[in-house]
Amino acid sequence: MNALMNSLIPLVVLLPLIGAAGALIAGRRPRLQVTFSISVLSLVVLTSAALVYLTDQTGGHAVEVGGWSAPFGIVLVVDRLSALMLLISSIVLLFVLVFSVGQGMADGDRETPVSIYHPSYLILAAGVFNAFVAGDLFNLYVSFEILLVASYVLLTLGGTQARIKAGITYIIVSLVSSMLFLASIAMIYGATGTVNIAQLSVRLGELPADIQLVLQIMLLVAFGIKAAVFPLSFWLPDSYPTAPAPVTAVFAGLLTKVGVYAIIRTETVLFPGNTLQTALLVVALLTLVIGILGAVAQSDIKRMLSFTLVSHIGYMIFGIAIGTVAGLGATIYYVIHHITVQTTLFLATGLVERQGGTTALNRLGGLLKASPVIAVLFFIPALNLGGIPPFSGFIGKLGLFEAGAQAPSPLIWVLIGAGALTSLLTLYALMRAWSLAFWRPKREAHEEESPALDRIEEAPEEASDVQETKASPRIMIGATVAMVTVSVALTVFAGPLYSMATRAAETLEGPADYISLVFPEGGVS
Amino acid sequence: MSASLVLILLMAALYAGGVYLLLGRSMTRMLLGFLLVGNATNLLILIIAGPAGLAPIVADGVEPSEMHDPLPEALILTAIVITFGVSAFLLALIYRSWRIARADVITSDEADVAVGGADSSMDDEESTEAEDGSGEDTEFEGRAEAKAP
Repeated sequence: MNALMNSLIPLVVLLPLIGAAGALIAGRRPRLQVTFSISVLSLVVLTSAALVYLTDQTGGHAVEVGGWSAPFGIVLVVDRLSALMLLISSIVLLFVLVFSVGQGMADGDRETPVSIYHPSYLILAAGVFNAFVAGDLFNLYVSFEILLVASYVLLTLGGTQARIKAGITYIIVSLVSSMLFLASIAMIYGATGTVNIAQLSVRLGELPADIQLVLQIMLLVAFGIKAAVFPLSFWLPDSYPTAPAPVTAVFAGLLTKVGVYAIIRTETVLFPGNTLQTALLVVALLTLVIGILGAVAQSDIKRMLSFTLVSHIGYMIFGIAIGTVAGLGATIYYVIHHITVQTTLFLATGLVERQGGTTALNRLGGLLKASPVIAVLFFIPALNLGGIPPFSGFIGKLGLFEAGAQAPSPLIWVLIGAGALTSLLTLYALMRAWSLAFWRPKREAHEEESPALDRIEEAPEEASDVQETKASPRIMIGATVAMVTVSVALTVFAGPLYSMATRAAETLEGPADYISLVFPEGGVS
Repeated sequence: MSASLVLILLMAALYAGGVYLLLGRSMTRMLLGFLLVGNATNLLILIIAGPAGLAPIVADGVEPSEMHDPLPEALILTAIVITFGVSAFLLALIYRSWRIARADVITSDEADVAVGGADSSMDDEESTEAEDGSGEDTEFEGRAEAKAP
């Protein structure tokens, strides 16, 4: 069993990297390139599925890369949390790739120049997967850089003025966060003499409490920028919406969750004990409320979705701050739900943009008649994100609230209230978008008069020029249908999935399980 | 652990200058700021490694305690390579922006301004200034070459 895991774990990083090289070599033969990258990502999905099954049996495994034993060599660690994250992110990456292939076939190379797009996309995938299996703080930094550099390229594809402007903001903010992360690694190494996460969890605990606090806050700020936690979230709604639809979808779904994953590891393995509970709860509260108020004020679907993305990160921080097994289990389930649903919504918005020629709510109308399929494809994930029973959004939020109620304190009750309010406001923002874009007859789109729309009508006209409308190819619709199916499957199989998330949370209760994966014989100091 | 005061002062100066430059609206200044902050961080890692020792090569008569810790240098090398790659990409972006719009400054987000309403009049001024290509913050002002097709 261990020999099998030894060969499977490096594959999740190796396959996309080999795929990127192959896709670059096949740059002049698009058909070959597409076949190559899709088959590589499909293989990763199979590998991750096998890893989920195996880790659920054994609890996890650590690979010593190059045969150097920990703590001197680099280790790749897969426990239940990593395996679940690998599986859901590889599924999402695969379907978004299929979606963008469909878009490329229909539009030619303009939006997604295939020769650069596929290699960058696969390198992004390698970075995301590497971050989930990194057992070494510096390796985590390198994987962040891999995925960030690939994301810089993807965000500025085509090099138009708007994308360069958004790209510069995004790049500078990411660089600041990376530098902060690197500086904290330097200080952690100076204080403890190691960067191996399992060994750090022992040695960091021996440091004086105030030094621990400084190091913990530095790491949390660096990861908080990546996860877009308020007040470090300002960059996200300005940069994501300008990218091509599939790129926005995969960024929104995955990149912030890599930050959330790193925060989970920081709070459970590196600095167990939940010393910053109050601070995290306050930050979660502000992220939830301010994010969703931003979403309600937006007049563009993509920007509105970006703000809901920021807002819902608050739920995950809330779950991490509760710190119990129930809280972490609900967080893990919520992360999986949110990756799927947020990506699906952005893909559906990509279809809306093709069908309606714009994503500005004051221009859209009558799409229900024009394309009932897209209406349904937007409606289901919208209800899901808004937390309507029986969808997975409801199950995740209910789990979080239950976990909060089991560990009651006045602040947690406030957060449960804020969470319920955010859920309602999400539903309001999404249903308003849906009824304006789909339900409203097209001729009313320009003569609508209502107090709620007054502010929306003030949106800059030139920014939302209606482009020509195009029919959506079957592949794009198919990929979106597949993502909606995955999000519904999270509801149908919620029982086994939720109990798996709880088992993953049980291994996170203290660092002991993680340490025993990396040092099976013990004796770490 | 002992550390060199000169290095610490240098690191502090680099951090201060870098953060100051990063806060500007000019892309070229941001790039310079990023380079300073990157080098400051590399210096921090170097300071953490402690005073210099012997080369970490196993040989007769050399105690491991006299050797220098090689890991921080490996970290610095990796960080330098990453900084180099990202700077090259940033330079390409700045050049591209210069070719397209002759702009070296980052303007406020249009949608933010629209949603913010009247309160953002200051941002409006700055963004129109930048669109003219005559913003005070750009290094090149009116001396731009002909606009590329």
